[in-house]
Amino acid sequence: MRAEPLDAETDVLVIGSGAAGMYAAIEAARAGCSVLMADRSLIGRGGATVMAQMTVAVALGAETDDHWRHHLDDTIAAGRGLCNGGLSRLLCEDGPECIRELDAWGVGWARRNGRIVQARAPGHDRPRCVYVDFLNTGPAVSKTLRTAVNRTSGIRKAGDLCVVDLMRADGAIAGAVALHIPSGNSVRLWAKATIIATGGLTRLYRRNSASTNMGGDGYALALRAGASLIDMEFVQFFPIGHLVPRLIGMDPIMWDPFRYKLGGRLLNRDMQEFTSRYGTDEGSKYVLARDLATYAITKEVEAGRGSPHGGVYLSFQHRSEADLRGAFGPVIDRLAANGIDLTRTPVEVAPIAHYHMGGVLADTRMATEVPGLFVAGEAVGGANGANRLSGNAITEALVFGRQAGRSAAVRARGMRTPVASRDAARPTTDLLAMHARGAINTAEMVQRLQTTMADDVGPFRDAGRLTRALAAIDELTHELGDRPAGSPGAFDMQRLDWLDLRNMLLVARTVAQSALMRTESRGAHQREDHPGTLTEWQVNQVASLRGGRLNLKQAPIAAAEIAS
Amino acid sequence: MTTVATLKVWRGTDPSAGRWETYSVPFEAGQSVLDGLRYIRIHHDPSLAFRFSCINANACKECMMRIDGETLYACTARLEPREMRIAPLANKALVRDLVTEIAPPAERFGG
Repeated sequence: MRAEPLDAETDVLVIGSGAAGMYAAIEAARAGCSVLMADRSLIGRGGATVMAQMTVAVALGAETDDHWRHHLDDTIAAGRGLCNGGLSRLLCEDGPECIRELDAWGVGWARRNGRIVQARAPGHDRPRCVYVDFLNTGPAVSKTLRTAVNRTSGIRKAGDLCVVDLMRADGAIAGAVALHIPSGNSVRLWAKATIIATGGLTRLYRRNSASTNMGGDGYALALRAGASLIDMEFVQFFPIGHLVPRLIGMDPIMWDPFRYKLGGRLLNRDMQEFTSRYGTDEGSKYVLARDLATYAITKEVEAGRGSPHGGVYLSFQHRSEADLRGAFGPVIDRLAANGIDLTRTPVEVAPIAHYHMGGVLADTRMATEVPGLFVAGEAVGGANGANRLSGNAITEALVFGRQAGRSAAVRARGMRTPVASRDAARPTTDLLAMHARGAINTAEMVQRLQTTMADDVGPFRDAGRLTRALAAIDELTHELGDRPAGSPGAFDMQRLDWLDLRNMLLVARTVAQSALMRTESRGAHQREDHPGTLTEWQVNQVASLRGGRLNLKQAPIAAAEIAS
Repeated sequence: MTTVATLKVWRGTDPSAGRWETYSVPFEAGQSVLDGLRYIRIHHDPSLAFRFSCINANACKECMMRIDGETLYACTARLEPREMRIAPLANKALVRDLVTEIAPPAERFGG
C-alpha cells in the first residue's frame, strides 16, 4: 500500500535555491508572503551559483566612470541581435542595487583602498566585473544569501524535494507535486504563485561546468504546464574548461579568473599561438569573446593541431611564481596538491557546456504566459540573446530573482486561497505511485544522452548530426517508457534518474529541434552547413507543447523598452 | 592487465541489517572515489544510492561518507588501486546505502 500524498500550503512556492531562488524567496517574504523554497538537493548548495568562481558584471562605476546603459550596449552587442531588450535592460539597470545589497549583507566583494575592484572581462568596454577572492565568488554569494534567507521570517526551506510536475487548475498554476526523496512519498505543494528558479541545462552534456542537478528540469516543468520556451538552440560553451591533468576539488571553469588577472597564452600542439588564424590575435591578453574562442579551439583541434587529450594548451609559464601567488594565493597550493606547477607546465583546456541563453518566455515582471507561474535566473530566456556576455549570469540570477519574488508576492497578496483542486495533482501522484515493470539502466541512459548531445548538438552543428541526435533522443524516449523505474521507496536513484530523463529528453529534443530549424549561424549556434548570419533569422524561436507534441514557431524580437 | 580499484560498499536501509557489496572499477591516476561510485552506477548497478551534486568542485558538500573508516568527501578523496571500504556516515540517520540525513532539521520537508 502506498502512503497518501502529503500536503503543504504557501503563498509563494520557489523551486530551486541558487542565487535566483534565494533572492526571490527573500523578496517575496519581505513583501509579507509566506514562502516555501524547495530544492532537490541541499538548500543553497546545488545548482550553478555555488560553482561560479568568477566575476559579476555590474555598472557600479567604482573603478572607472560607468552607466547601466554602457553595460546594456555591451550585453545587446554580445547577444548578436536576439536580446529581449526589456529583460536585458532590467538586468543592467537593477544590477547595481542588487550588488550593493549583497555588499551590505557582507558578501565581501574584493576591494582596493576601500573601493570595490572591477576587472575588465571580454566583451565589456571598461572594467565592470566584481568578484570575491580567491575564486570564491559563487560560494560567497551562496553563503551570503543563505544567511539572509535564515534571517528573513516567513521562509520555510525543504531540501530533498524533487518537483515532478506543476499543478494546473482553472487555467492557472496551483503549485507543484514533488517527490520527497528520502521517503519516496508524494507531496502536494499548494501555492498562489510559483517561481521556477532551477537554472539551466548543462547536465545534458558530457562535459559541463555545473552541478548534476542542472538537467533543464525547470524548462520541462514549464513546457508541460503550458508555458513557452525561447531561444533553446543557444547553449553557451565555455571555451577553456579544464581538461587535463585530472583536477579534483576544483571547478573546471577556474581558468577564467586566472586569465582576467594574469593573461595566459592559448597554444596549440606545437606550443604556438593560433587564435590569429581565426581572425583574432589576442596574444597574452584575454580579449576573445566566448563564441570566437570556442570556434578557434575547436577548429585547431579538428585541424590535428590540438593537445594530446583533444584540447589546446593554456600556459602561464611566462608569469613568475610571485605573480601567481599574488593573484591566487592558496589556490596555487591546491593546484600543487593536484601535481600542477603553472610556472613549469601548461594545462590542457577545451570547450565545455556552461550556460543556457534560452529559457522560459517571460515578461519583465518575470511572469510567464500561464497565470501564477513566474521564472527567475538562468531559467529565464531572452536577456542574453544568442551569446551571453561574461559576468551577466550572477547579475541575472540576483536581479531576476528579486523581480520574480516581487511579482509573485503581488499575485499572492491578491488571492485569498490557492486554487485548490485535488484533481490537479492526480496525474502526477498516480505516476509516482507506480512500480517499474522491467529493469532499465537509467544511469547508463543519462550517459548515453550526454554523449549524443556532446557529439551531435555541441557548438558546431549540421543537419546530419542534428537529425542523428533527434533519432537517438527518440530511441531513448521509447526505452524510458511511461512508467517510472525503481519504486516509491527511500532515496531510489533509479526513480530519480527516470524523472530526470523524462525532463532531460524533452529539453534535449527542444534544443536539437530548434537547432535544426535555425538554418544560419549566430552566436553560440554555429551551423557548419549554414555558416552565415541571416537577417531573416533575426527572430526568436518559440517552443510549446501542443497535444503532447513539440511545436516551434518564429516570433519577432521583443526589442522594445530599450530606448525609453 | 588493467589496474583496478576494488570498492567494498555498504548497502541497505537498516543500519543493523546491511551488507557489503564488492565492485571492480578500472583505475586511472587522478580519479576520485566519487568517480568510482559514479562508474559503478553506470556499469554495474544503477540502484546504488549516494549524494552528490557538483561532482568535482567540492562546492556542494553533499558527498561526505566514510572511506576506510575516515570521514571524507568522496569528490576529493583519491581513488586508489587497492581495496577501499566505503560506508555511510555513522553519526547521521541512515536513508539508504551511502545516503544519510545530513541537512539541518530546519531545511527538511516538515522540519
